[in-house]
Amino acid sequence: MSSMHEEVLEYVIDEYIDEDDDLEVDFETALISSGIVDSFSMVSLKVFLEKKYKISLPDSEATPEAFDTVNSICVLVEKHLG
Amino acid sequence: MSNIGSYEERLAGFDWSIARDVLGWQDGELLNIGHMCSDRICANGKADKTALIWEGFGGASKSFTFDEVRQLSNAYAKLLQDKGVQPGDRVCIFMDKIPDLYISFLGVLKMGGVVQPLFSAFGDDSLEVRLASAGTKAILTTGKHVKKVRKIIDKLPNLDTVIVVEGNAAKLKDNEIFFEVEPVNAFDCFQSDENTPSVLHYTSGTTGQPKGAQHVHGSVMGQALTSAWVLDLQDDDVYWCTADPGWVTGTSYGIIGCWALGATQCVLDQGFTSARWYQFIQDNKITVWYSAPTAIRSLMRDGTDLVNQYDMSALRHLCSVGEPLNAEAVVWSQEAFGRPFLDTFWQTETGAMMITNYPGMKVKPGSMGKPFPGITAAVLDLKTFEPHTEPGQVGLIAFRPGWPSMFREYRNQHDVYQSKFVGSPEGATPEECRANPDVWYVSGDRASIDADGYYWFVGRDDDVINTGGHLVGPFEIESALIEHEAIAEAAVVGKPDEVNMEVVKAFVTLNPGFDFDDMTELSVMNFIRKSLSPLAMPQEIEVMDKLPKTRSGKILRRYLKALEWGEDVGDLSTLEDD
Repeated sequence: MSSMHEEVLEYVIDEYIDEDDDLEVDFETALISSGIVDSFSMVSLKVFLEKKYKISLPDSEATPEAFDTVNSICVLVEKHLG
Repeated sequence: MSNIGSYEERLAGFDWSIARDVLGWQDGELLNIGHMCSDRICANGKADKTALIWEGFGGASKSFTFDEVRQLSNAYAKLLQDKGVQPGDRVCIFMDKIPDLYISFLGVLKMGGVVQPLFSAFGDDSLEVRLASAGTKAILTTGKHVKKVRKIIDKLPNLDTVIVVEGNAAKLKDNEIFFEVEPVNAFDCFQSDENTPSVLHYTSGTTGQPKGAQHVHGSVMGQALTSAWVLDLQDDDVYWCTADPGWVTGTSYGIIGCWALGATQCVLDQGFTSARWYQFIQDNKITVWYSAPTAIRSLMRDGTDLVNQYDMSALRHLCSVGEPLNAEAVVWSQEAFGRPFLDTFWQTETGAMMITNYPGMKVKPGSMGKPFPGITAAVLDLKTFEPHTEPGQVGLIAFRPGWPSMFREYRNQHDVYQSKFVGSPEGATPEECRANPDVWYVSGDRASIDADGYYWFVGRDDDVINTGGHLVGPFEIESALIEHEAIAEAAVVGKPDEVNMEVVKAFVTLNPGFDFDDMTELSVMNFIRKSLSPLAMPQEIEVMDKLPKTRSGKILRRYLKALEWGEDVGDLSTLEDD
């Protein structure tokens, strides 16, 4: 996996998962549809991606489906990186 | 035929006693919301009727009959009683939208407790402020959320009972109780009456920390009647209120109104996606849907082609609440679902709908509708506080006090309560405020009335931010922002947003030695998200050399807000000179 995958996964673990949660999160773990990241907090994840990768993600593409796994997030980011 | 029939005919000779008729409730019966939403429904022959259909993450689903709700809520009532919780004690429910939330809500009320539901996405600071203000005695939560309680419990001397109803019992601390609910057939409900405190909801204001709006068991009369006449709930309906019971819509209409009428309701505890919502409506054959403009606008964004992939044919009535429903959304819902969403206006303090659209009444897209029968409403002149008499004049939305679901106090803030009643003598008690026929309760929103009597929302009359239908107080966010090491001063305003109506924007000055790069900005955002809530998180932060202030040093929020909305900045004579 790319460094982007690692960076996004690290961010998700640092920001959304408590140290004492018994959760194993990997690139394919469902984040939104499983409740790990609540839908309100998607905004901060979007801001992270935009600032980290210097891109602009249209709201129409920043959907819960697109943000549901690290892999799907990276697909979206790569699309906007050109 | 709708329950209300003709709105105009209902206005004539209206008396709130009709709510008793709708409920079939008679003098001498127990007036306890917990009892009325479970025991009484069973006693009226609906014990085997489905009360709750619930779906959650990972395909989880459950359903409960009214008799199961009755027995499980008895269990919660007994547990609290056994743990020493007394009638009048505040009991917080801090959970996601799981069935235990809805059932324990009734349990708290059955034993005479005051139920204090809080939004489960609140961070520990938001939680602490509200529990401290309420002097909360016990909290019902889950393994997922008890960690926030642990961070603050040492600062809450009144909070001596922590009950965890879901999660891993082996991971609890010594002072925490794990509770697996089992049916209890009989419980002797607390003998409450119409003035007994029931639900305590916290709501944000421009200044100070959130205020606790105290409601009473008698509110059920207003909530049930509006559920019957506006939501048009009928015996064979399957009803879905999308609101979270951490906010007032989720209790007044997500628990009390529908269950007091014996209606079947559905709950989806899963993040928003349009496809998931449509699937939920299709699978459960939902007939009445009460949602919010932010969600409707999000659905609009995904288009009607997606709607057409699902069977929405069971839907027969749609309503909306939380923020003004724009005309485009009303028109789109007609196109997408074959019927318009009807806007309803009310607030935490009013406890039930006040100005709404009605089944059978002509809808003017973008309008709030007309006052509910029995509600005397007006738009007051901004300076004289006299009702406007000409159509189109903008003023403050106000109501004559006296409706059954009206809040009875702001907890420990009598002066603030009194300030909401224009014309009330200084020092008037809450009872005197409510009993005075010459005063107006002022809502904090502005509107105009057209020649046909329809109300049209204009905006807030204060600095409170309405984001996605949730009110957020700027003071609370500003206070939290300056706790971040990089921030020296902060001013928070609402910024226009296409979907959420408003989002939070912060203007800040920095402490010496800090640069505001992208990662610092993100750090500040996450700091607020975790300490307060995702709703309070600024979606934009602008660094200034200095914040605009009056000569007396007060930050001029209205100046910043006017700039953000492209409006006239008004009188700046008090602005501090450079």
